[in-house]
This record gives sequence, C-alpha cells and structure tokens, in this order.
Amino acid sequence: MPTSPSDREADLVGLADLAVVGAGPAGLAAAVAAAGLGLRVTVLDAGERPGGQYYRHPAPGLGAARPEALHHDWADFASREAALRAHEAAGRITYLPFHHVWTVVQDRQRWTLHAVAGPEESAAAVHAEAVLIATGAYERQLPFPGWTLPGVVGAGGAQAMLKGGLVLPGRRVVVAGSGPLLLAVAGSLAAAGARVPAVVEAASYSGYAGQAPALLRNPGKIAEAATYGGALLRHHVRLLTRHAVTEAHGADRVEAVTVARLDRDWRPLPGTARRIPCDAVAVGHGLVPQLELATGLGCATAPAADGTAALELDARQRTSVPGIWSAGETGGIGGAQLAMTEGEIAAFAIAGVPVPAALVRRRARLRAFAAAMGAAHRPGDGWTGWLRDDTDVCRCEEVPAGCIREAVEDLGAGDARTVKLLTRAGMGWCQGRMCGPAVAALAGEASSSPGAAPDRRPLSCPVPLRHLAELPATEA
Amino acid sequence: MSQNPRNRSPRALVGGDPEATYMLRFDGRDLPAQTGQSIAAVLWSAGILAWRTTRETGAPRGAFCGIGSCYDCLVIVNGRPNQRACLVPARPGDTVTTQEGTGRADLAV
Ligand SMILES: Cc1cc2nc3c(=O)[nH]c(=O)nc-3n(C[C@H](O)[C@H](O)[C@H](O)COP(=O)(O)OP(=O)(O)OC[C@H]3O[C@@H](n4cnc5c(N)ncnc54)[C@H](O)[C@@H]3O)c2cc1C
Ligand code: FES
Repeated sequence: MPTSPSDREADLVGLADLAVVGAGPAGLAAAVAAAGLGLRVTVLDAGERPGGQYYRHPAPGLGAARPEALHHDWADFASREAALRAHEAAGRITYLPFHHVWTVVQDRQRWTLHAVAGPEESAAAVHAEAVLIATGAYERQLPFPGWTLPGVVGAGGAQAMLKGGLVLPGRRVVVAGSGPLLLAVAGSLAAAGARVPAVVEAASYSGYAGQAPALLRNPGKIAEAATYGGALLRHHVRLLTRHAVTEAHGADRVEAVTVARLDRDWRPLPGTARRIPCDAVAVGHGLVPQLELATGLGCATAPAADGTAALELDARQRTSVPGIWSAGETGGIGGAQLAMTEGEIAAFAIAGVPVPAALVRRRARLRAFAAAMGAAHRPGDGWTGWLRDDTDVCRCEEVPAGCIREAVEDLGAGDARTVKLLTRAGMGWCQGRMCGPAVAALAGEASSSPGAAPDRRPLSCPVPLRHLAELPATEA
Repeated sequence: MSQNPRNRSPRALVGGDPEATYMLRFDGRDLPAQTGQSIAAVLWSAGILAWRTTRETGAPRGAFCGIGSCYDCLVIVNGRPNQRACLVPARPGDTVTTQEGTGRADLAV
C-alpha cells in the first residue's frame, strides 16, 4: 500500500471496487460499511486524519486524553475509525490521507481520480469501478465592512482550529452569523477558556415555530440544543437573535464590532447599532455543499431549503451520473448523524445489498429536521444593506462591493458569472468559495433563483502546472 | 493561558499532554510549537493572526476558514510558497516565512 512519500509518487493504486472521496462522517461510514460487505475500497482525504469537519480531533502528538470533550457522539466515530484501521490492516481498505482530489475522469468503464498528495504536492491517481463523493461542506460567508481584518475568522474555522490544534483566535470572541453551528462553536470556545460576550444570530428562533413536527420527531436534536443552551448559560454568554455584526473595527486586527438589530429581511435597523469590544470574531452563516468534483462530472443539483445548491440524489444515494454516488452534506446540509446514515445507505446500494429499513427511516427523519433548520436560518435579502461600497466582497481578488454594484447597475450584469467576468470576483485562489453566495446576492440572483446551479470549476483545488501537463489531452 | 481567570484552556479541556514541544522558526523568531499542530495553530498559539499580505493592497491576512477552502492562510514553508498553513503540519526544523503578494504563480486555479 502506498503509505510512504516515495510510493505515493509511484502513483497507481490498483483498481478498487469503490473510491471514496472524503473521510468525514459520510465517507468514513460508507467505506467501513462497504468493506464489511466485501468491497475493496480506497479512501482519499485532503486532511491528515479521518473524521472530516465534525470529528476533527487533535493530532496524536498533542496527547489529548479526552478528545471527546469537544464532540457529541464520539463513540460513533471511534468505532468506525477502529473498523477503518482493521480493514486497512486486512488489505480491504486503502486509506490515503493528505490526498486532495482535483478531478475525476471516466476512462472506459472505470473512473480515474487525480490527486495532489502531501506537502510535496506529488501527483497520485486511483482507479475505481464506482466513486462516492463525500466532500462535505464549507461555511457560507456574508461579507461585512472589516471582515478581512485579522481576527475575523470562520465560526466553523475557529471550531476546526480548536478541535485540531487546541488553539483559540483570541481571548474575547464574538460569535456571529446564523445557524445552529454558532451555539456549538460558542460552547466550545467558552469551554476552552475564551470569553464570548455574545452570540449574534441573524435569524429569529421563532422561525422554528412552524416546524413542530420535524422538531418533535428529533428529540435527540432538542436535547443537543438544550446541552448547548445550558453550556452558554453556564459561561454567561448572551444570545442576541435577529442581530448581526455589521462592521468589525481595528487597525491591524479586530478590536471591536458593531452589532445592529435586523428587520425580518435581515436589513439593519437604523439607530440600533452598538459596539462590543473583542479581539476576535467567529462568523458563519450556515454551510454550503462542496460540489466542484460532482458538478465537474455533470451531476445534477437542486436548490435546498437553506438557499444553497445540493446534489440531486435518489433513494440509493445515486447522483444523476451512473457510477457516481454521494452522501452527507454534498446532498444538503444536515449534520454528522445524517451523513453517517447516508454513507451506510450508499455502501449497501453500491454493494448491491438491500438497504436496511431502519437506515431509510432515519434518513427521512433527519432530512426533515435539516430542511426545517435550513429554512429558519436562510439569509434574508436585506443583509446586503450592511455592505459599504469599499467593503471587499471577494477576499482573494480584493473586489469591493462598489465594483460589483457598478457591474450590475451600470454594465447590466445580471448573474454571478457575468459579474465574475467583469470584476474578477470569484476568480482567485478559492474559486468563489468565500464570495460566491454574496456575489450572487448582489447580482440579484438570491431571490429569483435560489440555489442556482454553481459554476462548473475546472479543478477543485489549485494544481501544480506540471501535473496538468502530464494529463492526457482528452482528460483535461 | 495561566492569565485566564478560570484557568480554562483548550489543552486543559481535552487533557492534552503533548509528546514534545519544540521551537518553530517564523520570520526570524522562535515560536513554541507542539508536535502535531498545523503551522496555523502554532502561529495562533503565539498570538499571531496574520502571516501573508495581499497582492493588490498589501493587507495582512491569516487563517480564515480553518479547513483549506479559502487560501487566505498561504505561507512560505522551507522556501516553498503558497502552502496552506491550516493544513500543513509544522515540523521541527521547519522555517516559515511571511508570504508577500503571490509568492510564486506556478499553480493553476
Ligand atoms: C469548518 C466546519 C466546522 C464544523 N463544525 C461542526 C461542529 O462543531 N459541530 C457540528 O455539529 N457540525 C459541524 N460542522 C458540520 C459538520 O461538518 C457536518 O455536519 C458533518 O461533518 C458532515 O459530514 P460529511 O462527511 O458530509 O462532510 P465533512 O465532515 O465535511 O467531510 C468531508 C471530507 O472530505 C474531504 N474533502 C473535501 N474535498 C475533498 C477533495 N477534493 N479531495 C479529497 N478530500 C476532500 C475533507 O477534507 C473532509 O475530510 C462543521 C462544518 C464545517 C465546514
Ligand atoms: S484558513 Fe482557509 S485555507 Fe487555510
């Protein structure tokens, strides 16, 4: 098995029955279940350890005696990780950490996955009969003046850095944005020693009021929320709903934020602004499915309740492209339990074994909950009211809101794609992952075509030019 | 961490007992690092939030998304530019330097 760097450079990893991209809850559960059903599985993951975003945990060298202190349901992960190692030892699973898959191409009846491997950025390729895309999600960011200042970080990002590296961005951290992740993040930051003066949530939790059935069918989720609520009370964290951070202040780093009350469309209400001193801001407005590999293959998408685009999947987790499957947040944001359930469903389906009814029921219940949650936290159109013309919207190419507004109002750009061509917003390193939702909203796409199919991206991560040059022309 | 009034810290929370600590060289300074931390984690531990300047305005940036998606945390590691500090584990003997502008433009995006 290719575990040493020199073997990685040697590049070919036989032919697997199934290649899984992503070792988060979905990919890990799928790989372990599929190997248990007799498939030869290769798992590729950009990260260093299995677990994905939810089960991200400190490196062994950090000697954490209680990694579970930062997680719910740690046992669900621990048992699967143990199974992964056992299958690996038995030669049924090949696990390739630090492999960032940048494209998947079909050649004859099988798939070839091309990856950039390790810090040395060597090229690697894996061949497989079937592919499961379990690439999860990243955070949805809505820009505000000052959001590029050091000390403003993603809420999930702060959580990821805390879980993986046992570090905090600051001592006094305002948590802001929208969605249930904020409560988890605030709870972890506070438990790890940060002071959290406020959780600033743009939605009003009364958005859940019409969703009683979905909530009642998920008592576990209510208990989880109560745990977070309890932790916040214990740490004296204030929860401000229907409020937003509308500006971050500071010279070289954040020193304070302005928080304002919002109307029901998320428009800041004049005269309600107040300042909260802090040395970091953890901000996020929900998550966005990470789809570039799937859309690059032509997999169909559909709008989800939270306003994002998600893969269209059938009852057996099949995408619209035969041979390509998907599980977890690529099919819509829904949490780790749902991701594991879907990973297992996919494993049964790929192995050609009937899917246990309990899994199907669990998926239906958790998906209903996710939809209720997504609708409650979906951004209102009025958030663009807190952008100033000089606020950078695209962090990579440093394109300010005024420039995008000009492209829309004076040059007639009516969609994010045209804005991108005119302004370069979304053309930089991150390929629009950070500014995409904001640019779409400024281009007027948000309300007219929610969750519009994302642009196809040629590569899912930057790739050394020498690797591109090595690809046969038909594949690139 | 000891100045924390309630004596809470990420390490205390998980009962962390690092195998080894060492010094990581960053822009001519030695920063304390723990085996297994990413480069971004070592920098955050030292209270450093910015280690890159942007191409257009030279604005300071550091880790933003924390998971390898935003490319804001690019840094030069042992002379190799454009490394994502949030993904790359720090190793004893590494030299890390601030990345100004593009670093090197040989990656396709
Ligand atoms: C930053 C962040 C922090 C979060 N924190 C929490 C939390 O504290 N609590 C909570 O309940 N939920 C949290 N979530 C949500 C949680 O991640 C999901 O509910 C759950 O992890 C989804 O599982 P998944 O398997 O679908 O995806 P993920 O867990 O996202 O796993 C996807 C995996 O795919 C890998 N990957 C992606 N693209 C590629 C590629 N091209 N090549 C190779 N590998 C690739 C990634 O490295 C990752 O390991 C967080 C989400 C994010 C984005
Ligand atoms: S912090 Fe976003 S890529 Fe490293």
